[in-house]
Amino acid sequence: MKSYDVVVIGGGPAGLASALAAERHGAETLIIERENALGGILKQCIHDGFGLVRFKEKLSGPEYAERFTEELEGKKIDVKLLSFVTEIRKNGKFYLSVVSREGIEEIEAKAVVLATGCRERTAKQVSIHGTRPAGVFTAGTAQRYVNIEGFMPTKRCVILGSGDIGLIMARRITLEGGVVLGVYEAKSTPSGLTRNIHQCLYDYDIPLHLSSTVTRVFGEGRLEGVEVAKVDEKMRPLPGTEERIDCDALILSVGLIPENELAEKLSVSSDPRSKGATCDGQMMTDVGGVFTCGNATHVNDLVDYVSESGEIAGKNAALYDGKNAKYAFVRPDDNLLYVVPQRLNLSADNSETVIYFRSKEVRGKSVVTVKADGKTVLQKKYPFLRPPEMERIKADFSSFPLKENSVVEITVEEG
Amino acid sequence: MRELVCIVCPNGCTLSVDEQTLAVTGNKCRKGVDFAVAELTCPTRTICSTVKTVFPEAPVLPVRVSKEIPKDKIFDVMAEINKVILDKRLSRGETVIGNVLGLGADVIATSSVLVKKS
Repeated sequence: MKSYDVVVIGGGPAGLASALAAERHGAETLIIERENALGGILKQCIHDGFGLVRFKEKLSGPEYAERFTEELEGKKIDVKLLSFVTEIRKNGKFYLSVVSREGIEEIEAKAVVLATGCRERTAKQVSIHGTRPAGVFTAGTAQRYVNIEGFMPTKRCVILGSGDIGLIMARRITLEGGVVLGVYEAKSTPSGLTRNIHQCLYDYDIPLHLSSTVTRVFGEGRLEGVEVAKVDEKMRPLPGTEERIDCDALILSVGLIPENELAEKLSVSSDPRSKGATCDGQMMTDVGGVFTCGNATHVNDLVDYVSESGEIAGKNAALYDGKNAKYAFVRPDDNLLYVVPQRLNLSADNSETVIYFRSKEVRGKSVVTVKADGKTVLQKKYPFLRPPEMERIKADFSSFPLKENSVVEITVEEG
Repeated sequence: MRELVCIVCPNGCTLSVDEQTLAVTGNKCRKGVDFAVAELTCPTRTICSTVKTVFPEAPVLPVRVSKEIPKDKIFDVMAEINKVILDKRLSRGETVIGNVLGLGADVIATSSVLVKKS
């Protein structure tokens, strides 16, 4: 049986950064990737805007990914492509069952990093009535068709949901000569980044219909049209507002969900608010030696922070000593959608703890306060907070004596 | 006054520009001023797309323009990009179309997928 210090599952941006960091800290490292190439979703994200935080450059997805895959060359990091982890057991160390073209093999690891990314919500998860014709795609599937396979899945389409991939695809389809008849969003505010609403929709005169949704699809073999309707504040369709639109495709950009099947098998606890695995400031889950990062932890809007969390996870996986951890707990207030991390490990260095959060609602001037057992650790002012835009702060807890079960409160107030 | 959203970085600042004096407010950095002034005088954009190739393992190769081009030339540049059928194994950063339409920007490859041994 092959044995490694750190096995990273997933070769996207989180896994790449994680493996490089683990190797830098002396770990013998393996990346397991199910596709035939490293890079994850970045391979098909050919638009630019990646790396502004990390490299101060506007890179396309492949350019960003290749900076990491090229750094990998010459390093002592093994890579297994076209390989899939079906089981992980913990018995002191970790034992992974890996399926590939060579068959099934067992691999042993001292620590495991789950860099499994996220999945798109599908048509089955957003109840739409009608027939089941061809021509209903998730935005990511449409993106793969256009940018990797090189063919157009639509001539005239409607996009449901205003997530970033949907906005990016609205522009991409328009550039390739397709017509995007409109983007329909059930919520009263867009899900995607404001700059994407502007540069992907408004630049190309693509209408954005808020508080509107697709209620029905038509067509037998191929989609022939969709029915759209206005919705009330509880997102229920309003009778009498239905309208039929003829089109050959419906593209869905209705949210992403962290992929955590392996975490569940390891009995890692998940956070219903972030929808991903819970972790401490070192990105370790509540199962010792299992680390989480990137979109498997929570869905990020910037890859730069995916890489950052991968590096934190990889470094700490390499340094994992098997000791039992004692924790202080992070409690976000109800104005926050979620906060990562959910715990602080008392024996770890918490002097540069990176905290990621999102506001639940669109807010104007706000003050975010981090308190440890009632004492203020830091305060930060924001001109606005919007749910689509993840915020990041760095907190230094070193001068605050945290005890087991101490409470770190994070609150948002007007100001 | 015209309201704009800056698309230069993820901050996405809401900018107000005076159409007469081109005075900008609401920006967190200098780039916001440059963006707002360009929007009112000669708006530019980067475009990213793909070109067809003759190689079965990568039927299309991702490309972008090496510098921003005027917004009203986007579809003209797309037409040029869509004429290309690439038969050379270019790597990332290499030029696919030099000085496209005389705009002073090259169309460059953004992936080395064609030269990678996998």
